[in-house]
Amino acid sequence: MNLLKKLIAVLALLPVLAFAEELQLDHAPDRIQDLAALQHGAKLFVNYCLNCHSASSMRYNRLRDLGLSEDEIKTNLLFTTDKVGGLMTVAMTPKDGKAWFGAAPPDLSVIARSKASEAGSGPDWLYTYMRSFYQDDSRPTGWNNTVFPNVGMPHVLWDLQGVQKPIYIDKKIDEKETERQFDHFELVKPGKLSKIEYDVAVADLVAYLQWMGEPAQQMRHQLGVWVLLFLGLLVVLTWRLNASYWKEVK
Amino acid sequence: MAFVEKKLPANAPIAAKALNWVDARFPLTKLWNDQWGQYYAPKNFNFWYIFGSLAALVLVIQIVTGIFLVMHYKPDANLAFASVEYIMRDVPMGWLVRYMHSTGASAFFIIVYLHMTRGLLYGSYRKPRELIWLFGVGIFLCLMGEAFFGYLLPWGQMSYWGAQVIVNLFGAIPFIGPDLSLWIRGDYVVSDATLNRFFSFHVIAIPLVLLGLVAAHLIALHEVGSSNPDGIEVKENLGPDGHPLDSIPSHPYYTVHDIFGVSVFLLVFSAIIFFTPEMGGYFLEYNNFIPADSLKTPPHIAPVWYFTPFYSILRATTSQFVYALAVGVIAYVGLVVTKSRLSGFFKLVAVIIGAAILVGFIAFEAKFFGVVLMGLSVVILAGLPWLDHSPVKSIRYRPDWHKYVYIVFGIAFLVLGYLGVKPPGVWGSAHLGGIELDIAQTISQICTFIYLGFFLLMPWWSAMGTPKTVPTRVTFHPH
Repeated sequence: MNLLKKLIAVLALLPVLAFAEELQLDHAPDRIQDLAALQHGAKLFVNYCLNCHSASSMRYNRLRDLGLSEDEIKTNLLFTTDKVGGLMTVAMTPKDGKAWFGAAPPDLSVIARSKASEAGSGPDWLYTYMRSFYQDDSRPTGWNNTVFPNVGMPHVLWDLQGVQKPIYIDKKIDEKETERQFDHFELVKPGKLSKIEYDVAVADLVAYLQWMGEPAQQMRHQLGVWVLLFLGLLVVLTWRLNASYWKEVK
Repeated sequence: MAFVEKKLPANAPIAAKALNWVDARFPLTKLWNDQWGQYYAPKNFNFWYIFGSLAALVLVIQIVTGIFLVMHYKPDANLAFASVEYIMRDVPMGWLVRYMHSTGASAFFIIVYLHMTRGLLYGSYRKPRELIWLFGVGIFLCLMGEAFFGYLLPWGQMSYWGAQVIVNLFGAIPFIGPDLSLWIRGDYVVSDATLNRFFSFHVIAIPLVLLGLVAAHLIALHEVGSSNPDGIEVKENLGPDGHPLDSIPSHPYYTVHDIFGVSVFLLVFSAIIFFTPEMGGYFLEYNNFIPADSLKTPPHIAPVWYFTPFYSILRATTSQFVYALAVGVIAYVGLVVTKSRLSGFFKLVAVIIGAAILVGFIAFEAKFFGVVLMGLSVVILAGLPWLDHSPVKSIRYRPDWHKYVYIVFGIAFLVLGYLGVKPPGVWGSAHLGGIELDIAQTISQICTFIYLGFFLLMPWWSAMGTPKTVPTRVTFHPH
């Protein structure tokens, strides 16, 4: 039995051992409940992303869930269509996108859900990605990214963040070999925002993308609490009901 | 014989009169009493016996939510992905219906695996319940079909490439393979044609067969009566009223019992639906939120968790592993010839089949045998009633070491399932006398041997050892 217990313990540990690897993602701040952050994120999204990337499952008027009125949406955020009930589509066709960037910019409706992996959540990936662009003159756009090497997308937020370059260090693998590894970024040219302000802006944008991945998620949580409370009560009642009948069974 | 309707007194309640009218024309009361109301079930059911009712509940959930999903879903390669997001956003409470359906699929498999484990532990498949078990295996196969066809419908990357990989497996069948997989897909790659036919199978063909099998499963069960954790035939001890002494009517006792079980299940089910519907990428895979793209193969294609034990067996069958299989086949035929009670004719048949398999190992590629082993690992369940030669049904009265056999089998099944989710080489490699071994692959090969050996060697090991004395009456402690 002792051997069996040990075996089970080893088996339980294996998944943990298997994933001490590669891509390090920064943890995205959780702002899914923060309406001000989500509104700020929506503004950044519409201004910076929604030119090339569509969010074709998302209707503008769903932004009312973030505390905006239809008039506010119309005057501040509606650039691509004149109907507030319209979908967040873009004029650029996938064909144009492929010709201009090498790959069609993906639709962002559920991007935050699709980018999750063992390395971190979808928002973690996006948060790290949007802060990992660097200048690389060997690329057609002049930009590269440590999270998504050789990405076709240029650094759209560069005027906010500024221009940065990666600093590498030589890390020893064993006695003979060393490997060049990315260490940190160094700001070459400052942008409109300080480092902290930029991180906040990206965190808000990512929170918006996370919200847009499933606009019903807050309602899901709110409803879920009541459903679980009801079912918890039901379990107690049905448990006692069952017991009262089974008392008779000898 | 003339039609006679029972006469009720004039002042009988209207409901009683209505029921009497129906009963004279359709056996409504009789059906209810035969199938549930007066169906006497052993009183010593434990925790393991709840999963039958729960499976029925989940079946209903899947059908009802499925009906509502079909109202809004579009089985069209250009519209399918967006129509699922439309359900998630624009259909009122559509997200709830969709999550119930996607979580229901995984819940169905969890429940059915536990239900089958119960059958395995207490010998529920033994005589006279062979047909119940066979119908059950049929249900399991239908369920796998439902899950496979249904998984293509959201038209995400995993949907697409999962279907591509599985349909390509048929291509490994000698001679007819390539034509067969083309026929299944209806196109040279998974495409709109494939989506449409999978949709048809998912919403019409398989559910029809599934419902028929479920009805047969229940009719057969209520005909011979339920088994119980002691593996005793309760019908051997009848009371003065003609009902088994150790049984109680399902209604109200198992009605209230199942209602309790159902509420506990719904609590867990709802906790997942409302708070973690993706279940860490196992119930809804992250990659499946990327629309299907026939030009971009994902780096790692894994089926959903409930298929992975069988998928691991497929992956374990490499061309080197075929040598081990050949040794296994020779040893097994040797065992059948020298140590079985089969007649000379069947022994000859075993030798011929064994020889044919060995020739096949040389003639055909390993991938084909991977497919064969994967299929065998599911279908072999149907043989259980005839493979188990233990003199007692229940694990409770089997020799103690049998429990370890079951535990090792269970661990092998779980390890296969775990490795099937992971990319190849997840546990690194080891050097053994100049040969480089993929540790995960080697372990899944060992587990494949354990899995198949458990069933194929059962006629011998299940008969070994001294069983404990089986009591004549069930073990029951009043609550």
